[in-house]
Amino acid sequence: MSDVIAPETAAPAAKVETPFRRFVSEFFESRIATVALCVLGLIILLAVLAPWITPQNPYDLAQVDVLDGRLPPGSEAFAGYTMWLGSDGSGRDLYSAILYGLRISLSVGVASGIIALAIGMAIGLLAAYAGGRTENIIMRVVDLQLSFPAALVALMLVAILGKGIDKIILALVVAQWAYYARTVRGTALVERNKEYVEAAQCLGLSRLRVVFRHILPNCLAPLIVVGTVQTAHAISLEATLSFLGVGLPQTEPSLGVLIANGFEYMLSGRYWISVFPGLALLFTVVSINLVGDQLRDVLNPRLKK
Amino acid sequence: MSDVLQVNALRTHFFTHAGVVKAVDGVDFTVRKGEVMGLVGESGSGKSITGFSILGLIDPPGRIVDGSIRFNGAEIANAPEPELQKLRGNRIAMIFQDPMMTLNPVLRIDTQMIEAILAHEDIPRQTAWERSRDALGLVGIPSPEERLRAYPHQLSGGMRQRVAIATAFLNRPDLIIADEPTTALDVTIQAQIIHEAQKLTRQTGTAMIWITHDLAVVAGLADHISVMYAGRIVEQGATDDVIDRPLHPYTVGLLGSVPSANKRGQRLYQIEGMTPNMLAMPTGCAFAPRCRAATPGCDTAPPITDIDGRHLRCHHPQTVGVAS
Repeated sequence: MSDVIAPETAAPAAKVETPFRRFVSEFFESRIATVALCVLGLIILLAVLAPWITPQNPYDLAQVDVLDGRLPPGSEAFAGYTMWLGSDGSGRDLYSAILYGLRISLSVGVASGIIALAIGMAIGLLAAYAGGRTENIIMRVVDLQLSFPAALVALMLVAILGKGIDKIILALVVAQWAYYARTVRGTALVERNKEYVEAAQCLGLSRLRVVFRHILPNCLAPLIVVGTVQTAHAISLEATLSFLGVGLPQTEPSLGVLIANGFEYMLSGRYWISVFPGLALLFTVVSINLVGDQLRDVLNPRLKK
Repeated sequence: MSDVLQVNALRTHFFTHAGVVKAVDGVDFTVRKGEVMGLVGESGSGKSITGFSILGLIDPPGRIVDGSIRFNGAEIANAPEPELQKLRGNRIAMIFQDPMMTLNPVLRIDTQMIEAILAHEDIPRQTAWERSRDALGLVGIPSPEERLRAYPHQLSGGMRQRVAIATAFLNRPDLIIADEPTTALDVTIQAQIIHEAQKLTRQTGTAMIWITHDLAVVAGLADHISVMYAGRIVEQGATDDVIDRPLHPYTVGLLGSVPSANKRGQRLYQIEGMTPNMLAMPTGCAFAPRCRAATPGCDTAPPITDIDGRHLRCHHPQTVGVAS
C-alpha cells in the first residue's frame, strides 16, 4: 500500500496544518498588513479602554467646562490635566472625545456590519438555493438597492427615522445588506454545483444541513473580505452622516460630529479640532481596508502563488 | 438470492431549451444481494444519470418520466423527497469519481463521517465516532484516529477514495452505486480500491452497481455486465459470457479497442464516429450509423432478444468472435 503515507501527511503529527493556521501564516507575510493590523488593534484597544485612560468623560456635562473651549494642543485644562490634543468649541478634551468617538464609530460600524452580514447572507443563500422566481425577485431588489449610492439611502433613512445610534445602525444595515447578499449568492451558486454538495445529498443530509453546514462555510472567505471592507465603509458613512448633522447627536459625539464641530474654526487657525478626529478616522478606515486587502489576497485562491 | 434493486423501463429525460434529451431511455436491470453489476458505456451514454435516478437526485430540467425502480420491493421512482432522503446514505450509498471533489474541503473527515451516521441514526456522537474509526480501519487506512482529525487536503487521492468508500459503507447499505470510483486514480491504487470494494461487498452482502467506461475494471469485479449505449442497455449478461463472447457489435467494438498483449503491433480497433447527438437520435437502433453490421433494416428499433441467457438489443447479433 504505497499510498497510505502521502507526503503531506508524513509531517510530524503534532503540528496539524489546519486551514486556519495556513491562513494566519500567509496573512503575516505582508509587512503592510501586519502593521495595519497592529494599528487597528491599538485603535480598538484605545477605544475599549477609553473610560479608564482618558482624563475626562466628554458625555458628562459636569466634567466639561466651557471656559476650556478652543484651547490649543498641550494647554492645561481648568481641572488641572493637560489637553495634549487641545479642546473643541464646547471645552471637551479632544483626546478624550476622540477615544469616546472611536468607541461609537467602531461599534456602529461593527454592529451594522454584523447585522447586515447576517441578513444579507441569509437572503443571498436563500436566493442561491431556491433559484427560479424567488431568486429573480430577490436579486432584482438587490440590484435596485445597489443602484442608489449607499450614502443617499442612509441619508434618506436617517432623515425619516431621526437621530440616535439605533437608527443610524438601522440605516447602515439597510444601505449595506445588498452587498453581502450579492456576494453570498454568487459564491453559493458556484459552490452549489460542486460535487461535494451532491455527495452530501447522497448521504441523505437535509437541505438545511447541506446549505448551512456544507455550502455556507465554503462561502465564508469572500464574505470575510466584503465584511471588512464594508465595515470600514460603514464607519466612514456614519462619519459622513454625522458630519452632515443627521447622524449622532451633539451630546454623544462620534468622529464625524467632532470633525463637523471643528470645521467652523478651521479658517481661524484652530486646525486641531477637526484635524485630530479626522486623523483618527483616517487611520481607522485605512487600517481596516489594508487588512481587508490582505485578507482578499490570502483568501482568494486565484491570487495564490 | 433476493433482488435488492429492480429497474424496469426507466426513462429519465431532460427538457432543455434545445429539446428533450433522452439521457436514459428504457433501462431494465436487476441487482441481487451481494452481487456486483458493472454498468459499462462511454461518456454520455446515461450510466451516471441512471445512478442518480435511483437516488432520486435528478435536478430540473430533468426528471424520471417513466418506468419503475423497486428497491427491496418498494417503488422509489419519483418517491417523495423525505422518503428518498431516508434511503440516501443509509440504504443506498454512492461513491463518486473524483475523491478530490467529493469531500467538503473545509470540514474534517470525522465531522463528515459522523454527520453521515447521525443523519440516519440517533446514537451518541462517541459511538458514531467509533464506528467511523472502525470503517476507516476496514478499508485499510492506517492509524484511523489520526486520519479522522485530518482535513481532506491532507490526504492523498487514494486515501480520500478510501474515506469515501468507508463513508459509503458506514450505515451498512443494501446497495452502493459506485460512479467511476477508480477513474481518477492511478493504476496501482485503482487495483487496491477495487480489491477493498470487492472485499467489503463480500463481507457485508451489499449489492453494488459499478459504473465505468473501462471493461477491464469490471471484468475482474462484476458478476454481471450491462453495456449501455445512448440511454439504452444494448447487451446484458454474466461477465464471463459478455467478455468472452460479446454479441452486440458495440460490445465487440469496445472489447476490440482494449489494447492487449496478443494484439501487439497491430492497429487497435476503433469504433468509427461519435456518440449520437442526444437531441437528434437516429430512428431505430442508435448504434446503427457506427455499426459495421448495420443493414437498412436497422432503422427500426431492435427488439430485446434473449440469447444464451443474455438480453440483447440488436438486429444482427455477432455470433462470430471479436472484431479484431
